Amino acid sequence: MVAGFIIELLQITLVIGLAPIFAGWVKMLKCWSQGRSSPSILQPYRNLLKLFSKDIILAENASWIFRFMPYLVFGTGAMVSAIIPILSTDLPLSLTADVIVLVALFATARFFTALAGMDIGTAFGGMGSSREMMIASIAEPAMLMAIFTVSLSCGSTSLARIVETIYSPASVIKPSLVFAFIAFVLITLAETGRVPVDNPATHLELTMVHEAMILEYSGRHLALIEWAGMMKLFLYISLGVALFAPMGIAVYATPAGISLAFIYLLLKLGFSGIVIVLIETGFAKMRLFRLTEFLGAAFLMATLGMLSFFMLE
Amino acid sequence: METITQINSFLAALVLLTAFGMLSQKRISSLIHLFTWQGLFLSINTAIVGYVAGRHHLYISSILTLSLKVILLPYILHVLIARLKHRKDVETVVNIPTTMLIGIVLVIFSYHLTAPVRELSTFITRSTLAIALATVMIGLLMMITRRHAVTQIIGFLAMENGLFFAATSTTYGMPLVVELGVALDVLIAAFIFGMFFFQIHTTFDSLDVDQMARLKEES
Repeated sequence: MVAGFIIELLQITLVIGLAPIFAGWVKMLKCWSQGRSSPSILQPYRNLLKLFSKDIILAENASWIFRFMPYLVFGTGAMVSAIIPILSTDLPLSLTADVIVLVALFATARFFTALAGMDIGTAFGGMGSSREMMIASIAEPAMLMAIFTVSLSCGSTSLARIVETIYSPASVIKPSLVFAFIAFVLITLAETGRVPVDNPATHLELTMVHEAMILEYSGRHLALIEWAGMMKLFLYISLGVALFAPMGIAVYATPAGISLAFIYLLLKLGFSGIVIVLIETGFAKMRLFRLTEFLGAAFLMATLGMLSFFMLE
Repeated sequence: METITQINSFLAALVLLTAFGMLSQKRISSLIHLFTWQGLFLSINTAIVGYVAGRHHLYISSILTLSLKVILLPYILHVLIARLKHRKDVETVVNIPTTMLIGIVLVIFSYHLTAPVRELSTFITRSTLAIALATVMIGLLMMITRRHAVTQIIGFLAMENGLFFAATSTTYGMPLVVELGVALDVLIAAFIFGMFFFQIHTTFDSLDVDQMARLKEES
């Protein structure tokens, strides 16, 4: 039990510490793929440090929601990283929350972000919130559908159980899992604000979604929000890894197993960074009103996955 | 045997996926590409079923599918749209997400419809019958929702793909004579459609079948 909590803590620190480096890695690859010289992989850390040392400027009419939101978003990120089996499935906290709770936690963070966007009352914040909610209203059912598909074929909604079932030698590649995986990739792009849906690098007012909501933030609030954003990307990828490619995740928490899991994790993260960059350089950002088609495709994939589970397996 | 069933299910899923892809695709040339892929999956599936069931005439129908639906028909369609200068056209389809939802409903419907057959059958490919029926229905849906003549023909050909798939998955293929006949029919149909397209195009200067409403007499 004590060992379990140590791993839990290890995992949370790992996510919090490694997320900026992963964001830096993606940025670096993107620069290379576009033939630019890239900033150092540690650049996100420097940005965070700079933001933490700056003062906060609050709007006069900011309510408690506005001040509370950065801590909440960061806190949910940390909590989610305690639930997803990133290094080991032997997590005491993962018994308290299954994958549906996980989606709900992400939704809570998003809900408060949208509220905070409207809190100050600027036009941009409200616009960002309404766009974010539009994306969420289609992305979340699709996400749940994809997760249900995996849960059905594994017989459990607990992430630890899913990892163990998929990991077991008896399991084979199933069509339903492939569909769910495609859906999950599309949703990850939408939820983490990557290119076909939102451009993380731009502040062009007509296109931004997430940046519009947090436009009024400064200082350590902004630092926390940005950090949480990086953690979100990291967490979605580790969730994808846990659901679809759990090779290497330690079932028993031994030091050797954990360090092996860590090496596997680094390899998988490096690889998924490459995939993200390939998608980002290969596609242009979509018009906002074409997003329904994009997310509709994700929903369709997830539903087809579920149907093919019933029909073919 | 287990792996064969796996591969069969995968190909069935891919056929369904291409059917949905065709339902959502707006560009006609991409539509033909998707149709080509569907034909390819179908042909591989037929060959595999033939291997498992030990029915050698399925190899012939697999090669027939390959040459006809993967090479010849897409070629004819490509030439046709090139001749009709139709290539750049993006069809305005009414509300793709709704069409997709109807497609999903059709899949569920065909699953329920084929449930009794699945209980009775002993073939390894029995579970793919629902998908075959769904492919037929999605082809039909495509013919209903699209306005361009070329897209409607692709819908028709997709329906034929579904029927062929149903035949291989339920009865290990129709007799060879029947299959040859059907293949010939499809080929002839494609040629006749081609001629019709030219006629429609020269008469209306468009391939939009809504234009045919103009043929009505003024009342």
